[in-house]
Amino acid sequence: MGLAKRIIPCLDVDAGRVVKGVQFVDIRDAGDPVEVARRYDEEGADEITFLDITASSDQRETMVHVVEQVAGEVFIPLTVGGGIREVADIRRMLNAGADKVGINTAAVFNPEFVREAAERFGSQCIVVAIDAKQVSAPGEPLRWEIFTHGGRKPTGIDAIEWAQRMVEYGAGEILLTSMDRDGTRDGFDLALTRAISEAVNVPVIASGGVGNLDHLVEGVIEGRADAVLAASIFHFGEYTVGDAKRHMAEHGIEVRI
Amino acid sequence: MSSIAIVDYGMGNLHSIAKAFEHIAGRDRVLVTSDHAAIRAADRVVFPGVGAMRDCMAELQRSGLDQVILETARSKPMLGVCLGMQALLDYSEENQGTDCLGIIPGQVLHFPADLREAGSDARLKIPHMGWNQVDQQQPHPLWRGIQSGSRFYFVHSYYAAPRDEVYVAATTPYGIEFASVVERDNVFAVQFHPEKSQHAGLALLSNFVGWDGEP
Repeated sequence: MGLAKRIIPCLDVDAGRVVKGVQFVDIRDAGDPVEVARRYDEEGADEITFLDITASSDQRETMVHVVEQVAGEVFIPLTVGGGIREVADIRRMLNAGADKVGINTAAVFNPEFVREAAERFGSQCIVVAIDAKQVSAPGEPLRWEIFTHGGRKPTGIDAIEWAQRMVEYGAGEILLTSMDRDGTRDGFDLALTRAISEAVNVPVIASGGVGNLDHLVEGVIEGRADAVLAASIFHFGEYTVGDAKRHMAEHGIEVRI
Repeated sequence: MSSIAIVDYGMGNLHSIAKAFEHIAGRDRVLVTSDHAAIRAADRVVFPGVGAMRDCMAELQRSGLDQVILETARSKPMLGVCLGMQALLDYSEENQGTDCLGIIPGQVLHFPADLREAGSDARLKIPHMGWNQVDQQQPHPLWRGIQSGSRFYFVHSYYAAPRDEVYVAATTPYGIEFASVVERDNVFAVQFHPEKSQHAGLALLSNFVGWDGEP
């Protein structure tokens, strides 16, 4: 017995509405992030992550209102990522009731931002999101690089070195997404997950590729992830968070039930 | 109507804890404040905090709130949370050593560098982050309706080591068994974040709102 592995449902939010079709049969408004968050909380989610994909900056305020509402009724850790580019963005989200913010592209373009954010707000609320893609050819030793723009733009930065550097700068947690697996439902990139998890001493959240509950188990046991993040398997009502936890518990993984 | 003052001394985000208390006790009973008189006038005081100990103690001393906390600890129900819990001890190893408030005898230590899970060789990460079990070591009114072993949400790298187990209200396993809750008379203090610990956390906060300060 001891620390539980966490299950974190992730919601993509565009201008205040959940996108990528959450499909609960018995929910009144599946596009309402507050209602969906409440549902995941009831199912036993250990945290909830919101990814703000709002393109136009004049609709950014809507995410603040979403966080305010959720934080008023859901009492588990809330993380907001997407569009966090400066200290003022972090302050706004924390003031709305978020517990952590995810910094992604801004860290790549300005690594000092991570240091500044951690010094100002504490490492415990700074999650650095890393989008990595395998760049080694078959037969070569495995190597992954950081990509931006949804996996389209290579940066030439080695993923393991980057993760270590981000921790040194003050990241309290790493949200690791395999851009090769994201959206495939083929499971996490376990070699990548394990390589990063063993290279840093802060928790690593595995993301990208979950298609079934066995993938979550693999992510923890083979990938050594401290937490697993998934979107579609929960949104489409295939599995509840409770199903996922029972399945993990059956495989000897400690979870909060 | 009884009021709850959440002490604001510039250490971390107090919105989550304020929202949780507002959810339980109603908006008009909860005050986030650094005002000495308001804290002295409140029926209950919450002493939160996130960050580094040296900054925490420096802020308390600069604002004079250290005296208000010491006074509170002698007079009415007080709940310490996270760094606010650690600050109650005599001394912390953090920042090359920092003297703290000395309300609970003992020290605050860093988790050992090479922490391993009991009975396996799995390396444990620092910070200790996530949901871990809280094993109650003595009966207390704040445990009402909460089973021993219930999980609460933690984020920390240092832990309290009271000098005497009489102050240990609960322990948590993380490579070692550490004191996750300490108590002394009208003071109850938790390392975890009850405001982020769903049902168990809200139950604890609700018990605090109804607590008369008698252990």
